[in-house]
Amino acid sequence: MMEYILKNGIVYDPANNIAGEKKDVMFKDGKIVDNVSSDAKVLDVTDKIVMPAGIDPHAHVAGPKLVVGRIYRPEDSRKGVTSKTDVCRSESGFSIPSCPATGYRYSRMGYGTVTEAAMPPLEAKHTHEEITAIPNIDIAPLPLFGNNWFVLQWAKEGKIDEIAAFVASWLRITKGYGIKIVNPCGTEAWGWGGNVHGIDDPVPFFDVTAREVVRALAQANEMLGLPHSIHIHPNDLGHPGNYPTTVNTLDCVKDIEKSSGLRNQTVHLTHAQFHSYAGTSWRDVESGAKEVADYINKNKHVTCDIGQITLDETTTMTADGPMEFDLHQLNGLKWANKDIELETGSGIVPFIYSGRAPVPSFQWGVGLELFMRIKDPWQVCLTTDHPNAGPFIRYPRIISWLMSAERRQEMMDNLEVRVWSYKRTGLGTLDREYDFNEIATITRASAAKIYGYQDRGELTPGYNADIAVYDLNPNTIDPSKEPAAIEKAFGNAMYTIKDGQILVKDGEVVKVVPSHTLWTNVQGFEEQEKAVMEEVMPRFRRYYTVKFENYQVQDHFTPNPIVTDVQAGK
Amino acid sequence: MAYEPPITDYDEIVENGTCAFCGCNCDDLDFLVKDGHVVGVRHACRLGASKVMEDMDQRLMVPMIRDENGELQEVDWDTALDKAAELIAGSVRPIFYGWSETSIETMKHGIRLGELVGAVLDNQATICHGPSLQAVQNVGYPIATLGEIKNRADMIVYTGSNPMNSHPRHLARYSTFPRGWFRPRGRFDRTLVTMDPKYSDTAKMSDIWIGFEQNGDYGFYNAIRAALKGKKIDQDYVSGIPKEDIMELAEAMKNVQFGALYFGLGLTHTLSKQRNIDMAIEMLADLNEYTKWVLTPMRGHFNVNGFNIFMAFEMGFPYGVDFCRGYPRYMNGETNTIDLLTRKECDVFMVIAADPGAHYPGGAVKHLAEIPVIQIDLHWGPSTEIADVVLPGSFVGVECAGTSYRMDGVPIYMKKAVDKPETCRDDEWIIKELHERVKEIKAEEAAVASK
Repeated sequence: MMEYILKNGIVYDPANNIAGEKKDVMFKDGKIVDNVSSDAKVLDVTDKIVMPAGIDPHAHVAGPKLVVGRIYRPEDSRKGVTSKTDVCRSESGFSIPSCPATGYRYSRMGYGTVTEAAMPPLEAKHTHEEITAIPNIDIAPLPLFGNNWFVLQWAKEGKIDEIAAFVASWLRITKGYGIKIVNPCGTEAWGWGGNVHGIDDPVPFFDVTAREVVRALAQANEMLGLPHSIHIHPNDLGHPGNYPTTVNTLDCVKDIEKSSGLRNQTVHLTHAQFHSYAGTSWRDVESGAKEVADYINKNKHVTCDIGQITLDETTTMTADGPMEFDLHQLNGLKWANKDIELETGSGIVPFIYSGRAPVPSFQWGVGLELFMRIKDPWQVCLTTDHPNAGPFIRYPRIISWLMSAERRQEMMDNLEVRVWSYKRTGLGTLDREYDFNEIATITRASAAKIYGYQDRGELTPGYNADIAVYDLNPNTIDPSKEPAAIEKAFGNAMYTIKDGQILVKDGEVVKVVPSHTLWTNVQGFEEQEKAVMEEVMPRFRRYYTVKFENYQVQDHFTPNPIVTDVQAGK
Repeated sequence: MAYEPPITDYDEIVENGTCAFCGCNCDDLDFLVKDGHVVGVRHACRLGASKVMEDMDQRLMVPMIRDENGELQEVDWDTALDKAAELIAGSVRPIFYGWSETSIETMKHGIRLGELVGAVLDNQATICHGPSLQAVQNVGYPIATLGEIKNRADMIVYTGSNPMNSHPRHLARYSTFPRGWFRPRGRFDRTLVTMDPKYSDTAKMSDIWIGFEQNGDYGFYNAIRAALKGKKIDQDYVSGIPKEDIMELAEAMKNVQFGALYFGLGLTHTLSKQRNIDMAIEMLADLNEYTKWVLTPMRGHFNVNGFNIFMAFEMGFPYGVDFCRGYPRYMNGETNTIDLLTRKECDVFMVIAADPGAHYPGGAVKHLAEIPVIQIDLHWGPSTEIADVVLPGSFVGVECAGTSYRMDGVPIYMKKAVDKPETCRDDEWIIKELHERVKEIKAEEAAVASK
């Protein structure tokens, strides 16, 4: 492989405290290096922004609910249709792009890694098939544990060792990266058409609460020392008055000691925007962003991503089945549901976040308010909870909003968003503007830290040569005044380099490479795992509808794995 | 049914094999193997077992090409593949149809080939559960995996389907009989309902049979919806059922803990087509305001759902995907196989793991007889009679491994039990090879054109 020098770029590499420094970045054989020989190929990026490739900490890009979305929304697939080229296959879809389109579009934005944030273990093979069909980006899938019947029972009995062993086994069986929890106990209650309300409401039959489940899984996570913390979508998503549930959920794991040195947090709160509402109903709803942000500002054990509304028509999909049915009742659009035996459920509903409507405008304001109020950019990441609050291709637009108070004010003034955006939220009073270094932090560095990645997210020698170059000169552009230019540049990378290969040049995909699957292999817990399997198997055989042999994800479903080996408890 | 003594004469048992018959994809089969042949199958139903065991009956063994006298002549693989590749590369409006009885791995090569030559890729859904998919696109898709129903359901409804005959283990393994986590007494904890004009074998097993009139599905489900919404039903009988019974049934459906509705082609192919299923799905959504209900289409072939899932994640649409313009298009009535054939648009037809000769309407088969047809399959059938190139494949789930998707979307990796006949090839290999050869022809054409 050739050697390269990216010459004279203006580098933002928050992990190495490099914030807008003019310097060369060199790489060889797919890795960042300190120096290269005189044969190195020079890529002139004089005065262009150079950053590590983007890392998306929470999106839904592959798996059963995605494909239900694609099957039942041809109207979405008919958007974004493009012809095949010599390099790329044809693309389709806007909010739920086809697999090839997903890879190309992330690549064009300068992204290199994405987390698939909800993988039902029974259908993990399907998730991996889709991951294999997505080119150009590495994907870390998170298996769902928050409503698993085995976990619910052990959480009730306080059997943390068993849960830890179960998680270790299931990460290997499903080839998953970490623990995902969605509406703990609520999705199980949806098995009976119900829900739970808050973290102390017990689920039918299992008689266990979200608080007990979250704590148990957090303890198990730290017992194993997984590279990522528990990744939680709390109860009461999207309900006015839900912020106390959110804060209580984060607070209930405060005393649990972190065991991995790779990360700082013990809990990651996802799509915080949907969980930061005050009031009692949609009539009197108010933003709870201040309370949630205050908690995050005061507590280092928490990180979050936002789930920013982009004001588009999209397809909402989540393992929070009861919430999706409520949404269908609310908007009357078609409703899909996909419940998975013993494990989880999900729902899928199209949604139109119109700036002409009060509620989406309010939600838009809450998301941006969280961005403005959370002080430490290492505790927050940019997401849209793709495709729930909007498609990932809108990240550049969100960046332009974050960097320009003027643009935000303009949107509120000329009613691109309705009055609830500032009357019911604190956004109108906040004039913070992100700088390029903070943008680099919330779109790559903080996500890498949150996931404990040790091969990406920074331009440190030895790390993967995953690099993005944007056609912007930070010395001459004023992002505050030129949001359109910011959006254009971040949406069409000048170069996207992945493992040292140039995949995108001047906004066009010029090369397609297979993606990798990131998963975590726990070692040193074999005895406990064996014991727990003996407990699991009789019930597995009786209550699942597949044989265990056919349940496991065979190795060929992950043809390009990147395995993170973890010594349990270390 | 005469008593058959158990088979004791076998060399080895291959456990946890997956049945390659219906959409149940039962994955607990034990294949009894002797001298490289499956001589017995444990746990399978009669349909599945006979498919696996009588595999060599009328088996296509060697590639064939039809000669100028109209006779199929045996040829070597190279000749047959070259001929097929030449036909595909030279076609203007090719259709690649079938796929529902082969693996996802094969489809992966098929879609690449389809994109390369601008083909239409379509599967059996176009003539079976196509209306279901249309209804899903109209009003939604509230489904669950089969185990959800096994563990939770206290009411099971089969409508427009007769699983006792078509999916014989469905009741036994997934819905009615098994003991579930919340249904420890199995059959005794559940109410089984059949809604079907016919007093089918499933109806005979049921606690309740509602034999509404032929083509009365739409009216019947509409009346249940009215009852669920507390509306007055004016007629004394709807679709032949007394309104009191409809009210009573709606009440019963509201008061279960977990209900599951399975529907089959009896619902998709009566007079109102996809509108029947629109209504059934909306009834389900209505019921969810009271309690939990889910529904699942009773898919036929073991991987018919897999093709829909695969096409959707690769290209955004479930079936009838047309690449002729270099990007995927999907429009029912426009890009489906039957429409293209009856309009005589198609000029080369490749069928893999399907038998259109046996199932298509006359007009469509007539056109097939007039154009080159390439068949990739296991057995001699009506399609072989009209095929110009015959490529013998191998049996997914028995002779080669591969991924398939159950009717509820659960993926299963079907393992291999025995070796394929030496003269046959894996479907995956055949399509991959065709792709390579067509690519070569296209590259040569491009080189000539540029000169």
